[in-house]
Amino acid sequence: MKLDNIYQEEKKSNFAKVSEIIITMASRPSGFIGLSILIFHVVLAFISPYIAPYDFKAINPTLMLQAPSAEYWFGTDDLGRDVFTRTILGGRTALTITFFGSLIALLWGGLLGIFCGLVGGKTDDVVMRIVDAFLSIPWILAMLLIVSLLGTSTEVLIPALGFFYGKGIVRVARAATHDVIAKDFIVSARARGHSNFSIIWNEIIPNVRDSILVEGAMRWSWMLLGFSSLSFLGFGVSPPTPDWGLMISNARGLMSFAYWSVIAPIVGLSSLIIGINLTADAFAKALGIDRSTKAPV
Amino acid sequence: MTEIIQKVKNLSIGFKSKKGEEILILRNITTNVKKGETVGIVGESGSGKSTLALAMMGYVKHGLYTIGGECEFNSSNLLKMKNRDLEKIRGRKIAMIPQNAGQALTPNLKIGYQIDEALQLHSDLKEEEREQKISELLNKVRLPSPETIALRYPHELSGGQQQRVAVAMALAGTPDLLLLDEPTTGLDVTTQAHVLELLNFIAKDTGTSMVYVSHDLGAIAQVSDRIIVMYSGEIVLEGPSRDILKKPIHPYTYGLLKSIPKLSLAGLPQSMPGSQPQPGTMHRGCSFFDRCNFSEEKCKNNSPQLEYLEELNTSVRCFNYKSLMNDNQVNQTVNKIKTSLQDKEILNLSEVSISYARQKLLDQVLNRISDDNPTVKDININIKKGETIALVGESGSGKSTILKSIAGLLRTKGGIIKFDQDRNLSSDLKERDPNDLRIIQLIFQNPDESLNPNHTVEEIIAQPLKLYFGLKGEELKKNIIDLLQKVRLGEFYMSRYPRQLSGGEKQRVAVARAFAAKPDIILCDEVTSALDVSVQAAVLNLLQQLKEDFGTTYIFVSHDLAVVRAISDRVAVLYQGRLCEVGPSKDVYQFPSHPYTEVLLGAVLEPDPDIKPKLVAEDIVEEKPPQKGCSFQGRCSRILGDICKNEVPPWQITNSGNSIRCHIPLKELQKDQIN
Repeated sequence: MKLDNIYQEEKKSNFAKVSEIIITMASRPSGFIGLSILIFHVVLAFISPYIAPYDFKAINPTLMLQAPSAEYWFGTDDLGRDVFTRTILGGRTALTITFFGSLIALLWGGLLGIFCGLVGGKTDDVVMRIVDAFLSIPWILAMLLIVSLLGTSTEVLIPALGFFYGKGIVRVARAATHDVIAKDFIVSARARGHSNFSIIWNEIIPNVRDSILVEGAMRWSWMLLGFSSLSFLGFGVSPPTPDWGLMISNARGLMSFAYWSVIAPIVGLSSLIIGINLTADAFAKALGIDRSTKAPV
Repeated sequence: MTEIIQKVKNLSIGFKSKKGEEILILRNITTNVKKGETVGIVGESGSGKSTLALAMMGYVKHGLYTIGGECEFNSSNLLKMKNRDLEKIRGRKIAMIPQNAGQALTPNLKIGYQIDEALQLHSDLKEEEREQKISELLNKVRLPSPETIALRYPHELSGGQQQRVAVAMALAGTPDLLLLDEPTTGLDVTTQAHVLELLNFIAKDTGTSMVYVSHDLGAIAQVSDRIIVMYSGEIVLEGPSRDILKKPIHPYTYGLLKSIPKLSLAGLPQSMPGSQPQPGTMHRGCSFFDRCNFSEEKCKNNSPQLEYLEELNTSVRCFNYKSLMNDNQVNQTVNKIKTSLQDKEILNLSEVSISYARQKLLDQVLNRISDDNPTVKDININIKKGETIALVGESGSGKSTILKSIAGLLRTKGGIIKFDQDRNLSSDLKERDPNDLRIIQLIFQNPDESLNPNHTVEEIIAQPLKLYFGLKGEELKKNIIDLLQKVRLGEFYMSRYPRQLSGGEKQRVAVARAFAAKPDIILCDEVTSALDVSVQAAVLNLLQQLKEDFGTTYIFVSHDLAVVRAISDRVAVLYQGRLCEVGPSKDVYQFPSHPYTEVLLGAVLEPDPDIKPKLVAEDIVEEKPPQKGCSFQGRCSRILGDICKNEVPPWQITNSGNSIRCHIPLKELQKDQIN
């Protein structure tokens, strides 16, 4: 048999697939900017403890509210702590907690959504009504309740955030599953008598994985904002741990005469959120999920 | 000489690949359309026929661009025109009738409103005149009671009626040229015949030129005066319709005509090897070289030019057309079917009924289905081992529903499905044991949907092998290679993804997957209708070969009576979920037959301009089977009266063992049908 040139696309290794996706993402300006910001923040989170010029909790009353200078790049706050040090350290907790939080959200939301989409019927009805009920609860109030009952430790925050941000993923995963479920390859697997688990694992997940991952990436940025809001309200991490939400909350009263102590954490937080958003968009486009702007060729 | 209204000159359209290469979809097309003429453009999917038709109205799909040449209409090049100027031509001078009218009509606007909109845009009529024009147009496309149709929404019409509305809208601007892109492809056979007849009438009545694009030579044969055969972006043959269909002088057309199953011939048609080259893979030589039976050494490196033969008024792109000119008939040779029928019955359906009705709460609690007029009722069929039985009927006849129930995908309401005479197959998938599931395997219509796009061919075929036989490692691999060879695919296909395969190859993989379970019965749900004609014959031949090798029983569902004739031993005709006629296929295709079978047979389109379809019954669509009496009473042209409306007809058995369910005595049934 003759081989047509166009078919000579061999099976690629996973590494090759991932690097191809990243290259496609970086080839768009928005994707490049998003990826750069995200990578910058992640790298900073890893190395900041080693490059921080000062001790983040060293209080020095004589240095209160110093304007930015060669010595203190971003100035000092109302307790005389170096704002630069606190800003570069401030993303660490938020990034870590929300990263693991979104993983949990992705896992339970995605799996439950796929399961509901597959089995349908009464189970689906009941589960979705419960999810709807949770969606109607203002998450921040519920979070405040959980945090005040169980404390603000990481072990509480990660699962709690993961739970509240997973609800939305259930719907997305279920909708994506519905698209696939009517296809004949699922019918075929059913007729052969495969178990639900096998159908989910082999037939559905490979086909809905992309849209769930993109959704998860978007949730990450929302969760980051949510987590910072908690800190801002005083229910996130506890002082003196440097955290953007906390820093903004502390310094907001001094905005009129010491703008530097509030601007730095704001720029840190919003740039990270924008970075994640742009990356998620580029990720979706690289996977071909958003076809509106792409020619079918 | 008649006036030429559309001139296509040296047209090439293509796109840039990711690597920056220019890939041609249309290569140097030159042709024209004369006034009042119907031109049929025929070709397989990917031959560029739709691209050519769209270019004729100055439209190039997103992602494609014009590389050279022009499309001249009224002596102006459409491809260079500004959008504003094109708007004046589209609809008024050139109108388009889409493939799927159901999707082309706006779902939330009334039919009358949509036609009025077309009139406002494309004509200068005043309001009162427009009102009258709407009913005039609806009358012209032969829709019953235009006043009521105009007030309906698209979803309230049947597929055939929607297509008629699309025709009416296209006629609103009294265009000089009508472009039809597969206008009957999604329709039932009977509806299709009616729509084609309408198009013929309109062409004569209005004198409009038409360009009819289709993959179906049968439909093309009915409407066109001239046929253009396209292959791989080139015109390979162009000439008067009759000559092309009767005496094709290009090897591709010749092979294509041979590979179409015909009603008059039992047995499988000859298949054409290989498939059409993908765009961009052709570099030199004749594009049909690989599949050609007449090829010579020079065809490999030299591309033939389109040559005009004065005496035949035909253009042909082939070096060896002369050898085909002498062989002037399409002598259809068919591979006769060897029947491997055994006396043992393998599957019995008795009194099977299936309902789609929504269960009431009480029934849900009691876990039963109650519906006094189910979708499928009274199905009694005994299937012998090694037999190929075909279920035929229009869409909605319940043929796929029955397949689903046999596979266990749909619960039956009543009746028994028995395997091997003693094993009762539970109606619920979950209650069947794995072996019961293994013995019945399905092959689906559309291989694009039935193969998981994220699995390689190896993973796809491995699934049943792992599930039923627990194979692993080397043994698994050996079995997969074995199966691939059985469906004539090489070992190197193992690492491919479905998107890297052609339609025929995908269907072969689906066949291999079904056979991997070593089933006794294979359910084939329209397995060839998504495939190109030349590939269809190959798949049918493959299925027949595998059946002879394995002694499998096929239950074959199809709407295509010619395909059914080619492959099946026995045929069951269904209407509205009720059996009308069951019998050996050679007898079902002869008279006497059930009035519905007569309608179906009459509507079959053959690629022969001399065989016109007979339109026996109206192409109305019934939504629900009648409560009592004969299922076909609503459309039957030979209805006797109250007896048909009240009593379920009895089974009558002809001399040859054909069972017909009709009140009309056999002798009388035969009387009119013979002519």
